[in-house]
Amino acid sequence: MSEPLRLAISRGTLFEETLDRLDACGIDTSAMRSDSRALLFPGEQVTVVTLRPSDIPTYVEAGAADLGITGKDVLMEQRERVVYELVDLAYGRCEMVVATRAGNRFAEELERRLGAIRIATKYPNVATAHFEQSGRQAEVIEVKGSVELAPIVGLSDAIVDLTATGRTLRENDLEVRELIAECSARLIANRVAHKLRGPEIDPLVERLGAA
Amino acid sequence: MNYPIPPGTRDILPDEMKELRALSTALLETFLRFGYGEVWTPTMEFENVLIQGDERAAGVSYRLFDEHGQVLALRSDMTIPIARLVATRYEGADLPLRFCYLSHAYRSVRPQRGQQREFLQAGIELIGAPAPQGTVEVIEVLCAALDAAGLPRARVGLGDAGLYSGLLEGFGARDRGAPVMQALERHDMVELERSVGELGVSASEQEVLLAVPTLRGGREVIDRAVELDGDRVGAAVARLREVADGIAERGLLDRVIFDLGLVRELGYYTGAVFEVYDPALGHVLGGGGRYDELLGRFGGSLPACGFGLFVERMHVAQAEEERRMPEGGAQ
Repeated sequence: MSEPLRLAISRGTLFEETLDRLDACGIDTSAMRSDSRALLFPGEQVTVVTLRPSDIPTYVEAGAADLGITGKDVLMEQRERVVYELVDLAYGRCEMVVATRAGNRFAEELERRLGAIRIATKYPNVATAHFEQSGRQAEVIEVKGSVELAPIVGLSDAIVDLTATGRTLRENDLEVRELIAECSARLIANRVAHKLRGPEIDPLVERLGAA
Repeated sequence: MNYPIPPGTRDILPDEMKELRALSTALLETFLRFGYGEVWTPTMEFENVLIQGDERAAGVSYRLFDEHGQVLALRSDMTIPIARLVATRYEGADLPLRFCYLSHAYRSVRPQRGQQREFLQAGIELIGAPAPQGTVEVIEVLCAALDAAGLPRARVGLGDAGLYSGLLEGFGARDRGAPVMQALERHDMVELERSVGELGVSASEQEVLLAVPTLRGGREVIDRAVELDGDRVGAAVARLREVADGIAERGLLDRVIFDLGLVRELGYYTGAVFEVYDPALGHVLGGGGRYDELLGRFGGSLPACGFGLFVERMHVAQAEEERRMPEGGAQ
């Protein structure tokens, strides 16, 4: 009687593994793999929409998508969004960390002398909350990309960013000082859809979580 | 010239107002038909009266000083002002008391999310009628209001505010349960699993704590909860079952989704809690529940139950439902 469930997935680092997971659940992903221009992929049981990772909570909160798959980092940054977090899908594992230039105690020295540390990050809310919770002052500078560059050229003393293998950090002579959180792909749901379409959502959640 | 108004507030022009007025009238007439008398209370109250007993529940966001330096606050809902009104004006009155309202209330918001700083609420309060009959009556009026609004696909989610805390109590983990309750309030099941794991309860008890909040559907979910944990889901499940019986008698079972994971943010609910959903809108249309202890904070203790609907959101749902309806009419 009702339309297929709408699932929003991110066209980012999680894309390939998300498609593998959908395949394992019997959702045909060949169109998504081949045609990179289309954004909407109708299916019998599930219609898939592909979005930027940070837009997924927006669509799910508003009910434009019933379900979504995005990183925990995105959910942490948009903590005020009202979405239900249902399952840790356990792929796309990485860590949200504070990093500074390797072997350099200068950041701590600055923090002591100036009372605050400058942090460059794509995650201003996460960075602000982390330093507040640990009782320190930080000047958070939001950048949109290439965060690793900031401490090298002196925009900031440290960065807050995601790292999976640590390679990018090492290549830029940065090292991890603090672990903020472990992140991975999460399945989220719209609050109203989760209530009204339980009989359709629950089996799909089960399959996505188990695959 | 272009003069701004504060974010989260809006002007309403005649075309929209005509529809909003028709919707409001339909809701109010329904309440009146069930014997609920309309009341108005002041938009602003003394802050210390509004937050009587529970600051968080009052949800006050906007305060101002009057000419004597007293702190006034804009109400965040109508339940607390009506509790104050009952304590002050109806001491010793014959029970139950039935009141309805169509009023603006004020909350701090994150704009662009279907949220307004100033919003119109329509609702009822039934005071002095205990569970389960009082709860059933309120749900019956709620269903009639949804019909009057032209939202036959809307459903009422029904849970119990004491269910989960009762489980934690039964497992002897109530005192350590704050992180678990917080995760449940956000409905963050990943965090719920982590925090339940740290409670120090047995594996089978952990299983119950993780399974119960996922139960939602017809009245059979109440039996499923009992299968999971027999006696310990006891009191709350018995309450839900009594309400379910009453709802069944009035032929309203298909309008209700029993939801054992339902938690309302406001702190004053004591038994049944409900929320209203429509498939055409991603946001909750309204909610309410039983608040048997709130009146006691203002004086005489009285059982009470009520709901409030967000009229502007119902209007959006109405328009969306009409758009989706097949050409030429009803479903």
